[in-house]
Amino acid sequence: MALIELDRVSLTFPPTRRGADPVHAVRDVSLSIEAGEVVGIVGYSGAGKSSLLRLVNALEPATSGSVRVDGVDLTRLSERQLYAVRRGIGMIFQQFNLFSSRTVYGNVAYPLEVAGVPRSEHRARVSELLHFVGLADKALAYPEQLSGGQKQRVGIARALAARPAILLADEATSALDPETTVDVLDVLKRVNAELGVTVVIITHEMEVVRSIADRVVVMEDGEIVESGPAFNIFAAPRHPATRRFVRTVVDDVPEAHVLDGLRRRHPGRLVTLSFRDDGARQSQVFAEIVRGDVDLELVHGGLEDVRGRSFGHLTLELTGEPERVEAVVARIGELVPLTDLGTGAQR
Amino acid sequence: MNSILDRLQEIFAPVIDLRGEFATAFVETLFLAGVGLLAGGVLGLIIGTTLYATRGGGIAPNRVVHVVLNVLVNFFRPIPFILLAVSLQPLSRSIGIEGIGNGHAIVAIVVGSAFGIGRIVEQNLVSVDPGVLEAARSMGASRWRVVRTVLLPEALGPLILGFTFALVAIVDMTAIVGVIGAGGLGNVALTFGYKQFEPVVTWSAVLLVILIVQAGQFAGNALARRVLRR
Repeated sequence: MALIELDRVSLTFPPTRRGADPVHAVRDVSLSIEAGEVVGIVGYSGAGKSSLLRLVNALEPATSGSVRVDGVDLTRLSERQLYAVRRGIGMIFQQFNLFSSRTVYGNVAYPLEVAGVPRSEHRARVSELLHFVGLADKALAYPEQLSGGQKQRVGIARALAARPAILLADEATSALDPETTVDVLDVLKRVNAELGVTVVIITHEMEVVRSIADRVVVMEDGEIVESGPAFNIFAAPRHPATRRFVRTVVDDVPEAHVLDGLRRRHPGRLVTLSFRDDGARQSQVFAEIVRGDVDLELVHGGLEDVRGRSFGHLTLELTGEPERVEAVVARIGELVPLTDLGTGAQR
Repeated sequence: MNSILDRLQEIFAPVIDLRGEFATAFVETLFLAGVGLLAGGVLGLIIGTTLYATRGGGIAPNRVVHVVLNVLVNFFRPIPFILLAVSLQPLSRSIGIEGIGNGHAIVAIVVGSAFGIGRIVEQNLVSVDPGVLEAARSMGASRWRVVRTVLLPEALGPLILGFTFALVAIVDMTAIVGVIGAGGLGNVALTFGYKQFEPVVTWSAVLLVILIVQAGQFAGNALARRVLRR
């Protein structure tokens, strides 16, 4: 049985004004997450991903459906029983949400106080956690003395204090610069790899997902529109929303405005070939083009690496006798997925 | 030189004659203000925190409690203190306190300050980042624990400044309760200054009140700076 299991869950907020429509933040979502996974949930703001995350630790109670964590249906628990469940689920936030009235030590020790861990054991545990996130020397600092990246690492240490099995990350890197984002993601990877914590991260940054997620879930309008292993999502996105997200980090078939620019410079036949490591090799394809006595030029695209596997979309300009080009396009189309963009003249 | 001292002594003669009354009144004002700030502060903290917690989308939303409390605060707060002090006489008597004098003054000051402080507390709590409260909830803290260990400590700096602000209003009240037979510097100014045409007595009482307010303000600011670390 999966560690987290959402079965046909909806979350509806009552209308804010009289006469307004209720807000359906999450609609009929089913999702299961296995222990030890890193799952990235992507969507634009308002897609319902924050709400979905808050269903997992019952900060938002589901309107309908069931939310099971480690086999326990949270929708059947009392508020008091939920306190115990939440102690087993850590959470980090976009704005860090550190307690400004407490030192770093006080922040990290807070979940231990809540969990009733004897005070004599706090010191060792806090020290262990601060070493883990590389901030052992900051125990007595106050949050306002730390940089954004340091704050988030304190947030991670705090979220892990009570030894949770799950870590929920709510846009945890969105307030950070790219370099600090990489640092924080490295810590999250270690949380997963070294401590075996299941990580659910929501974000609108595909770079974050590409770097850390085993599996990707795409949300739009409160629904899951696509989900699958990270490599498949990046190499072959199916839903338009997914494609839009993937395009932010991967050169796909050139979009209209890019294509116009390419056509102006490259009058020949443009085709986009999609390679992936389990398909035909580039050498085979290029050999086929050369054998067909057609010139080729790489005009757009690149190769990507996701979770140790590679794929890419390469847009080529093919020039030569029209019949020969036609024959080559047909032959390479049998080897790899091909998008024929035609020539400028054909439009 | 001596002539100046003699002249001063002459001017302040009424004050010097009343030094015993002044000393007693000074202590009484401190006592009234202290009890008012303490009891009114505790009640105000409870009222303000309850108002904050029970609002829609709060930690413990409860429409009925919120509306009732809100109406009570809005009812009592605009009543000019002198009218409140007079009209609370039946309340004092019903709890076995004489309707005149220091006892009744304390009842009036506590009631008056509790509602005022309640509103100040509510406003200060609103400024606490809700995300911080959510973080505490996500760790499995109960509502009461969130209030006690996160909400109030996070708002402590502004709360201290709010209480300092309230202290000035409370000292104001202690001056008015001379009217309902209580002691204090207000009573001295009224009885021995105003009614006997001795402005120097009135002004000496005023200066002592200013002194108390300034000392309170200074202490409050210092404490808040310490808590806010700036």
